[in-house]
Amino acid sequence: MKTNAINSEPTNARAGRPARLSLADWMPKIVMAPTVIVTLVCMYGYMIWTAVLSMTNSRMLPSYDFVGLSQYERLFNNDRWIVALTNLGIFGGLFILICLVLGVILAIFLDQKIRSEGAIRTIYLYPMAISFIVTGTAWKWLLNPTNGFEKLMIDMGFTDFTFDWLVNPDKVVYCLVIAAVWQASGFVMALFLAGLRGVDGDLIKAAQLDGANTFTTYRRIILPSLKPVFFSAMVILSHIAIKSFDLVAALTNGGPGYSSDLPANFMYAHTFTRSQIGLGSASAMVMLGCVLAILVPYLYSELRGERNE
Amino acid sequence: MKKLALSLTAVAFSISAATTHAGEVEVLHWWTSGGEAASINVLKGLMEEEGHTWKDFAVAGGAGESAMTVLKSRAISGNPPASAQIKGPTIQEWGDLGFLTNLDDVAKAGDWDVVLPQVVSNTMKHEGHYVAAPVNVHRVNWLWANPEVFRKSGASIPTTWKQFISEADKIKAAGFTPLAHGGQAWQDATLFEAIALEKGAKFYNSAFIGLSDDTLRSDEMIDVFRTFKKVRGYVDSGFSGRDWNIATSMVINGDAAMQIMGDWAKGEFTAAGKKAGIDYVCYPAPGTSEMFTFNIDSLAMFKVKGEDNQKAQQDLARLILEPEFQETFNLNKGSIPARLNMSREKFDTCAHSSMDSFLASSTTGNLLPSMAHGMAASSMVQGAIYDVVTNYFNDESMTPEVAVDKLARAVKASM
Repeated sequence: MKTNAINSEPTNARAGRPARLSLADWMPKIVMAPTVIVTLVCMYGYMIWTAVLSMTNSRMLPSYDFVGLSQYERLFNNDRWIVALTNLGIFGGLFILICLVLGVILAIFLDQKIRSEGAIRTIYLYPMAISFIVTGTAWKWLLNPTNGFEKLMIDMGFTDFTFDWLVNPDKVVYCLVIAAVWQASGFVMALFLAGLRGVDGDLIKAAQLDGANTFTTYRRIILPSLKPVFFSAMVILSHIAIKSFDLVAALTNGGPGYSSDLPANFMYAHTFTRSQIGLGSASAMVMLGCVLAILVPYLYSELRGERNE
Repeated sequence: MKKLALSLTAVAFSISAATTHAGEVEVLHWWTSGGEAASINVLKGLMEEEGHTWKDFAVAGGAGESAMTVLKSRAISGNPPASAQIKGPTIQEWGDLGFLTNLDDVAKAGDWDVVLPQVVSNTMKHEGHYVAAPVNVHRVNWLWANPEVFRKSGASIPTTWKQFISEADKIKAAGFTPLAHGGQAWQDATLFEAIALEKGAKFYNSAFIGLSDDTLRSDEMIDVFRTFKKVRGYVDSGFSGRDWNIATSMVINGDAAMQIMGDWAKGEFTAAGKKAGIDYVCYPAPGTSEMFTFNIDSLAMFKVKGEDNQKAQQDLARLILEPEFQETFNLNKGSIPARLNMSREKFDTCAHSSMDSFLASSTTGNLLPSMAHGMAASSMVQGAIYDVVTNYFNDESMTPEVAVDKLARAVKASM
């Protein structure tokens, strides 16, 4: 009730002197205008332009001969696109799942009031500060069978050791998962750690007084209360997965063959190097659809949640 | 203080004086590896001798994929470089869009119609007008070999793909990698093209230029794919995503016996201080000694503003075709000059063999545009072929019959 009172105050004041629209009233709008225009044009405008292009027969440069949905038809008849979508499913699913599990476990371990927690937290969080291009290049060396991990093991005497996922078309997508998990799980840990620290201490004490052990306390009391953190982490991770491009570009460049392509790489290759702007735009629209499929329910639940409170 | 102002004005005057006479050319290219970079610097030097400013715009990346992306974004935004390294059917695509400038005056003065073989000059023209200047002719169907490795493993240089397989077995048994290869789509396509070439010019033309459905589905094509998969067995396990010059260095270092790669590989041998015929040998790819698949690099000229810059651009075109540049550039790059009747003295045996073959094959109809290097088909068709070829090369379970069907369907879908 108190907030309502505060909100209604300026409205009343303005109603009292309607004739004088001062600079102070306009200031917020003027300040906001450039960013609103930039966002409208550069985000939504180009989104609409891409949608338009996806229905044309654009090749090397944009053209406006409309061909209906035939680019989408071509897209879903394209073997490479199906591979890219399947890879996104495998990569996205595993990446999100492993990051969440690892992140939660690390956060719980760190939450045990251990010594030099700050240093350890920094170490785990650090990979997030590195660009995916660097991560990809480093893992490319590590996973390369002729000069990476496999060679190390063979040199150590395990002559039968093989680890050729990077060059195996069936396994290469798991290499992407390894590198991406290495990069992002520290970040998830940080999110959850912040969440854990925010849990009301009295709740935990009460549980302990009731005789619950640490495991039960986490499972029944602390983790369920972290639902919003869990949800945010999931949204952030899934959009990292859908827009993943640089990791593939650096780690495998889509290879062997095109077995590790993700939709973003498909889009880039067709729009910019293969002179198929129409087809590339169609694939970009499908990616937008994937993002919306995750974002819309999230925003809906967020907004509804606010209204309920 | 006054003195400083005076000297500053003097400097300003001298700069403006210099710029009124000379223009600036910005050249987009992807010649970034050792031998290549040395080659393009020759042109830079020549332009600077003329008093022009050279603005280098190098975009790294094999086969120029990233360079083309940058070029498109620059062109669409109305700010193309004066000149860009584009070639083959792509020149026509850019010409159709009206981006290229006319070089007929320079061509006439330099007698381009006489000094260039017709195959070359046709590629440089859009609707009968010169729009690009050729810098070299590459032969793509080359086999590079390390004779030391062959000696150690008791094998001989293969002259057919069938023989390649039996010799490669010996090399493998001796503990060397028979074929140095980089698993990038264009390199897979280069190897594939060399194998397809053994089936003859008629087959090649019908498959990659005519894009005939019957040829793409033929038994011969199935056979090509079968050999291609066998050759896959002679590549080391770390090939995936490797750059071509790294693969070349495997031959240079004696880790691998052979590489199928265009003659730009020679630039790497030269840069490593190796001698043709002694440290390394060059032969036509197995079964293709009569044939010549060409890849002509050219610099196309875009419409630019400003009289000085236009003059500089025309000078650039003229210099490219002058014997001095053609000789130095191609000595560095490993290719052969695009113009005929040049002194052969300084070139090595590989280049001589390439020149002979270039002349001979142009009369027999065996002079063919390279599909893998964007000389035969549009970028869309090329991309479709790349996809099928590279996927087949890496997918152990795919049969040649399935691959042929995929190839025919992908080519049709991309047209």
